[in-house]
Amino acid sequence: MARIAGIDLPKQKRGVIGLTYIYGIGRSNAEKILTMAGVDMNTKVQDWTDDEQNAIRIILTDHFKVEGAMRSEVQTNIKRLMDIGSYRGIRHRLGLPVRGQSTKNNARTRKGRKKTVANKKKATK
Amino acid sequence: MSRSLKKGPYINFKLEKKVLESVESKKKTAVKTWSRSSMISPDFVGQTIAVHNGNKFIPVYITENMVGHKLGEFAPTRIFRGHSGNKDKGKK
Repeated sequence: MARIAGIDLPKQKRGVIGLTYIYGIGRSNAEKILTMAGVDMNTKVQDWTDDEQNAIRIILTDHFKVEGAMRSEVQTNIKRLMDIGSYRGIRHRLGLPVRGQSTKNNARTRKGRKKTVANKKKATK
Repeated sequence: MSRSLKKGPYINFKLEKKVLESVESKKKTAVKTWSRSSMISPDFVGQTIAVHNGNKFIPVYITENMVGHKLGEFAPTRIFRGHSGNKDKGKK
């Protein structure tokens, strides 16, 4: 069992991919970790030896912010934007896209499910 | 894409001069500016700057957290008063 940073890694995937299941670790960070730990990137998670696992764990705790710590950092960053009243903070508050995307259509990820508004009566001739 | 570090931050030259003057003279009046794209430098903290939003000047009190942002971020150019038919319109 490869359990790192409180997360069960998928056993049958390659090491680089497996590490990305940790919040805060993407492909490039995963590659960095494995090179620092001296583990081959193509080794499957289930084939890691105990030593390798420990090496990875140590590097993770020493050099990377993951999971809870990462999430709270993101939240404080957003909160800072909201507190100083910047444009981006306001967009966060309103639940609208922050990076200048169009909101005439779509933007459903930020806006949530569609709220249908009853049609206005058309003026008849 | 972010600005090249080589160039350093962009601050409108005249604005910087004016703000630094008002820091020294400890005046209470806000410095008016149209330069929304100027970055807020650490020297501005504690000042009030009136940033133009296309219509009028919005007074912005600079705090430490705002350093590194642009002035325009704090003076919104659009007013959204809600959609017609929404009961709670006009709220922000």
